[in-house]
Amino acid sequence: MIRSTNNIYLSLNEPSALDYIELLKLKVMRLAIFTAGVAMIISSNNLNPFIALGSIICIALGAGGSGALNMWWDSDIDLLMKRTSKRPIPDGKITSDQALSFGVFLSIFSVIFLALFANFLSALLLAFTISFYIFIYTMFLKRTTPYNIVIGGAAGAFPPLIGWAVSTNTIAIESFLLFLLIFLWTPPHFWSLCLITKKDYSITKVPMLTETHGVKATKLQIFIYAIILAISSIIISFTNIGGYFYFISSLILNSIFIFYAYVLLINPYNPNNENFPKEKKLFLYSIFYLFMLFLLLLIEHFTKLLFPSYLIMVKDLIWI
Amino acid sequence: MDLNKLENDINQKRKSKNLWLALSLGSFIVVVFFVTIAKLSDGNSIEGFDHILRPSLIKE
Repeated sequence: MIRSTNNIYLSLNEPSALDYIELLKLKVMRLAIFTAGVAMIISSNNLNPFIALGSIICIALGAGGSGALNMWWDSDIDLLMKRTSKRPIPDGKITSDQALSFGVFLSIFSVIFLALFANFLSALLLAFTISFYIFIYTMFLKRTTPYNIVIGGAAGAFPPLIGWAVSTNTIAIESFLLFLLIFLWTPPHFWSLCLITKKDYSITKVPMLTETHGVKATKLQIFIYAIILAISSIIISFTNIGGYFYFISSLILNSIFIFYAYVLLINPYNPNNENFPKEKKLFLYSIFYLFMLFLLLLIEHFTKLLFPSYLIMVKDLIWI
Repeated sequence: MDLNKLENDINQKRKSKNLWLALSLGSFIVVVFFVTIAKLSDGNSIEGFDHILRPSLIKE
C-alpha cells in the first residue's frame, strides 16, 4: 500500500471534527439509515421509538465505521483518482492510523450497543456486514475480480435485514426480499457510475468491469440486471409488506429503469464526452428508484394501518 | 511559517473537535437513558418501591 505523500506535513496538522465526519461516507450511511429505518417500521407496529432511534444510531455508526476502514485501506488508490483524491487521507487531513483507530472504534462500539439496545441477532448481522464489507469486499474482491461489486454489494444490502431483526428478532422472507432488491440494484447503479468515471479507474488498475470486459459488456450487464431487478422488486408486491399501490408504482419505476438501461445499451459510448448524459441519467435515476421503492413500502404500511378496508383488500394479493 | 497562526488554527480545530465530542457523548447519554427506561418499563409504568409492598403484588 502506497502511503500518502502528504503525511510529512501531518505532524503540523490537526484534523478537525469535519475531517473525521468526512471519513464516514455520509452518502452511503444515508442509504443504510433509510433502508434499515423503513424495514424497522414496516416490520412491526410495536417498536419503541427510543429503541428504534438507538438502533438506527448504531447502524449508522456501523456504516460509518465501515466507510472509515474502507478509506483507510484504499487510501493508495484514492490518491490516484480525481473523484476520491480529496478524501481526508489522500488529502493529508487525517493519517491512516487515525482513520484505522476511528473505524475500528466505531465498528466495535456500534455492534456492542446494537446488542444492548436491540438484540443479539441484529448485532450479529451488523458485525457480519462490517466484516464482509472490509475483509471480503475491500481487502479481497475489489482488487481481484471485475465482479467485485456483484458480491461486495451484499454489504449495502444488509441494513434492511438488520432493521427487520431489530424489531422482530427474526429474518423473514420479506426482509430477505428487501436484501435481494438492494443486492441486485447495486451492480447497475455502480456500473453506471463506472461508465462516467472510467478514466479514473483505468489509472488505478482496479479490475472494474469497464476495464476488464469493456463498455459494451458493462452496458449489457446493466440491462440484464435491470430486468432481474424488476422481477425481484415486483415480487415484493405479493408479500405482507406489499400491496396494490406498491405493485403499480413499481411496475412504472421498473419500466423506466429498463428503458434507461436499454437507451444506454443501444447508444454508442463516447469516452471523450465530458458530460455522459445517458450514463448520468441512469445513475441518478437509480438513486431515485431505490428511494421511491422504499418510500412506497412505507406508504403501503401506513395506508394499511389507517385504512383497515385496504388491508382486507390487499390480502387477495398476498401469495408469498 | 507563522507558528502563532498555526497554533491558533490547531487550537481552533481542537475546540471544534471537543465540542462535537461533547455533543455526541451528551446525546448518546440521553439516548441510553431513554432506551433503558423503555427496556425496563416494557410498556408498563416503572414502579419505584423499596421495602414497601407493591400494589401490583396485591391480588384484586
